[in-house]
Amino acid sequence: MTIKGKAYIAGIYEHPTRHAPDKSTAQLHAEVAKGAIEDAGLTKADIDGYFCAGDAPGGLWPMVDYLGLRVRHMDSTETGGCSYLIHLGHAAEAIAAGKCSIALITLAGKPRTGAMPPRAQGAEADFETAYGATTHNAYGMCAMRHMHDYGTTSEQLAWIKVAASHHAQWNPHAMLKDVVTVEDVLNSPLISDPLHRMDCCVVSDGGGALIVTTPEIAKSLKKPLVRLIGHGEAMKGPRGGKDLDLTYSAGVWSGPRAFEEAGVTPGDIKYASIYDSFTITVLMQLEDLGFCKKGEGGKFVSDGNLISGVGKLPFNTDGGGLCSNHPVNRGGMTKIIEAVRQLRGEAHPKVQVPNCDLAIAHGTGGLLGVRHAASTCILERA
Amino acid sequence: MTEAKKYPAPQGNPETAPFWEAAKAGKFLIKRCTACGEPHYFPRSICPFCFSDKTVWEESSGEGEIYTFSLMRKSPTGPYAIGYVTLKEGPSVQTNFVDCELEKLKIGQKVKVVFKPTDGAPLPFFTPV
Repeated sequence: MTIKGKAYIAGIYEHPTRHAPDKSTAQLHAEVAKGAIEDAGLTKADIDGYFCAGDAPGGLWPMVDYLGLRVRHMDSTETGGCSYLIHLGHAAEAIAAGKCSIALITLAGKPRTGAMPPRAQGAEADFETAYGATTHNAYGMCAMRHMHDYGTTSEQLAWIKVAASHHAQWNPHAMLKDVVTVEDVLNSPLISDPLHRMDCCVVSDGGGALIVTTPEIAKSLKKPLVRLIGHGEAMKGPRGGKDLDLTYSAGVWSGPRAFEEAGVTPGDIKYASIYDSFTITVLMQLEDLGFCKKGEGGKFVSDGNLISGVGKLPFNTDGGGLCSNHPVNRGGMTKIIEAVRQLRGEAHPKVQVPNCDLAIAHGTGGLLGVRHAASTCILERA
Repeated sequence: MTEAKKYPAPQGNPETAPFWEAAKAGKFLIKRCTACGEPHYFPRSICPFCFSDKTVWEESSGEGEIYTFSLMRKSPTGPYAIGYVTLKEGPSVQTNFVDCELEKLKIGQKVKVVFKPTDGAPLPFFTPV
């Protein structure tokens, strides 16, 4: 059993807003849904599957009703920022099994306008809450240990932000359009050691949506064909504190599963969307996915190796979360959207990868330094 | 800075009550599985490794070394250092480092447990030896 080639991404939409104080969160979900449905050339009545995560107000019940959907398959898997990568895999499974034929996945919210509700806690609460783990310091702990074990430097991490900024300059919707240098990153204030302000992604309101469908329906539509050929998901946590190692993520498991299903290797990938909540997130995931050996991520990302047209692995050509958009503090959706743009040939001409026929979209969700999920999607131009 | 901080009281539950009772007496407990021999933290009634229910409480030495840390500089309650300590007994424990110069923390540094009061049971923290 495989989902290889059994589901196509027929519609994409990234909300152009980065600040939406005048809109409701549900409204933003509806707007991105409308955008993706129109991009696919479909109508709302065609949707028979719906996927949303923790950002959807009230979850599935109110959202399906608010959007006016009539669905026969639903999934509200919540794994933070990588929820939408997991949704894509689950949508492909549902489509392959005949449970739905046109699935809608939405993400939207407004963390820039107001504080987000606190993360739901589990059995660990009494043993962790008081210590104040946040995204910044949880990823800082990973970076600190990665530097200790492998000699990774702040300069190397900075190259990831530099590459993202080179791409963001061409994105009219990007929050941060200025090209920055390694020195700029190192001179920005330390937020949580060893991460500087410019090692951190933006905080933005907004959202995005996808339409996932069968090969037959996708081929009846007008958009260039993009299909999912491999998917993986995994979780990692301290697991009772045994053999704690914060220098790798659950991507070491989700990545190989996706590559194996797709029948391709990291060396075949022409474009990579890699979740960039922080620079260290990218570095660790590139290692975990096999783009370089563990511990060599610093060397791999240096000297513009992630810049489209310059380096060997063009990444996050929309400017990513580091410079363009990180709607609802969740980067998985925009990772898929830019990968589809690249495979369609719809990326900005300055960053479009020539003959881009194979791409990866990968992300983590939760706190890399505590417990998190990861999901990997391998996408192909059909 | 951290000394002045108000920490939330543990809510407790039947599974973890002995841990908090011991904390009131200044003892830092971990759990050990008598089936597979593995210690773990935070405490569970069923071993997260072999899934045996033959787990027992064990007093930890409270000594270990810093596995990693991050000094959080942007916080409304002032800077604090979060990190993990790898205990002598094996398990790594999430904590904050207190009663020390936060700028001088180092990976591998020897630390020991110290309890800080809350409105309920005291919470374990770690401080350089």
